[in-house]
Amino acid sequence: MSIIQIQSPGLLTTVQDLGREGFGPLGVSPSGAADPLSLRIGNRLVGNPESAAGLEMTLLGGTFLFPQPATIALTGSDFGATLDGAPLAPWNSAEVSPGQTLRLASTRSGARCYLSLHGGIIVNPFLGSASTHLLSGLGGYQGRALRKGDALHVGREITSFRQKTIAARALEQLAPRKVLRVTPGPQSDWFPQSSLRAFYENTYRVAEESNRMGLRLEGHSIARESSGEMITEGVSLGAIQITASGLPIILFVEQQTTGGYPKIANVISADLHSLGQLRPRDEIRFEQISWDAARTLLLEQEQLLASDGLIVG
Amino acid sequence: MPTPPAEAPQFQRASDQSLLIYFGHQITLRAHEHVRRLLGLLELEPIAGVRNLHPAYCSVLVKFDALKLRHDDLEKMLKQYLDRLGTIDLPKPRDVEIPVCYGGQHGPDLMDVSALHKMTAAEIIRLHSSTTYVVYFLGFVPGFAYLGELPPALVTPRLATPRRSVPPGSVGIAGNQTGVYPFATPGGWRLLGRTPVSIFQPQRQELSLLSIGDRVRFTPISPEQFAAMEPQ
Repeated sequence: MSIIQIQSPGLLTTVQDLGREGFGPLGVSPSGAADPLSLRIGNRLVGNPESAAGLEMTLLGGTFLFPQPATIALTGSDFGATLDGAPLAPWNSAEVSPGQTLRLASTRSGARCYLSLHGGIIVNPFLGSASTHLLSGLGGYQGRALRKGDALHVGREITSFRQKTIAARALEQLAPRKVLRVTPGPQSDWFPQSSLRAFYENTYRVAEESNRMGLRLEGHSIARESSGEMITEGVSLGAIQITASGLPIILFVEQQTTGGYPKIANVISADLHSLGQLRPRDEIRFEQISWDAARTLLLEQEQLLASDGLIVG
Repeated sequence: MPTPPAEAPQFQRASDQSLLIYFGHQITLRAHEHVRRLLGLLELEPIAGVRNLHPAYCSVLVKFDALKLRHDDLEKMLKQYLDRLGTIDLPKPRDVEIPVCYGGQHGPDLMDVSALHKMTAAEIIRLHSSTTYVVYFLGFVPGFAYLGELPPALVTPRLATPRRSVPPGSVGIAGNQTGVYPFATPGGWRLLGRTPVSIFQPQRQELSLLSIGDRVRFTPISPEQFAAMEPQ
């Protein structure tokens, strides 16, 4: 067991893995990495199972001291990382010598950057997962975002280092999108044609108060047809609900498990990782596709992730 | 096509990895029992590829691994479960008492609610604490139980502007529902009081104080009792 010391946590840095599924009946949502594809690839680059826990940084990264040797990788958005002052490119594995300091700055692209370490971050699992659920203060490291002075355990000492990187073509195909593909929501028919058209034709802006629970959008207000009262029901990840004000909220990884607003559409599984890279003030649009197309896109994405050529080195 | 009888469950795709099953579109104890039975059966005999279940008043959202299952396959399998709902023995509902300190700093909306209904605060407290409520389901955040139904005289609309943060343990009402906030979360329910009892505890064997189907009663306690019971 070795450790990593948090000298500065950055804006919002949490321990995340791929989340805890199966506890909806308790009102517990999965949580997990906001951009799970980046975490999965980061884990592959350092020789971990895809589900190992890493650190999720938001908009502004942290500064980390490594008292012991480590193999690390940064994935997701480029936060201008340096290792003892020398630039460190994302999407590569790197060897860290004892006493070295990894410093991340602010994002140069999307919202989140992941730090994966060989052996993974070790915390007491809650319901089988290391993921932090911030709102309820559960999971992760003491149920909270990291602070200066925290020290986290890392799974194992490294054995032998191998330089690995991701194939450039795969990186291009997995790039986060600003045009989000969606399928109809369970209450799509509560909205008149004019509202549906407005929803798909207009550009929406990600609001400042967006977080891991939900992405609030600003822009064209959506009117609904029936004044019927929704009965609270289970809601899915990526559901786009239209609130009383007519503005959309996309339910995200720390989502409420049930909700009472009508859902106009739902982001497809293959585009969920793109949500994790959206920053406040980013502009997005929605494009409706068929159920079959949504499934094909997910299958293709998973085939790409499973392919031998994904990781090079 | 003839319309199906009101009793026949309906399926609705919610996303490319989830399917909703509706037992009608009304909050009834009968629909609730169907929800509990389906949940019980799916927990007893899990379907390979089903990843999560979100029960609610008269529906269950089933989340599945879209690489392994398609909506149509899942619907076929679930129909077989629905045919067997009568075969499952539901656990006997537990009776749970929750102590509540009503009014004052713990129940900041009690006076407004009593003004709205033209009743005294004591009458509001008596009504709220003399009813046995059913836990329809847990949802929203970990351990939040949707309790119904309020006595008709207590049915109250939500706050026009939700609070940014409600203290954990706060007991609120909204529409014909009541519930206890397990965590400091945003919330639009009107707060009548607060319980010192912890609603969701990760260190406890039973994480959640309440389970679907439980019967709940609120017992009024004094501010002194509240202070004595409050965890440090």
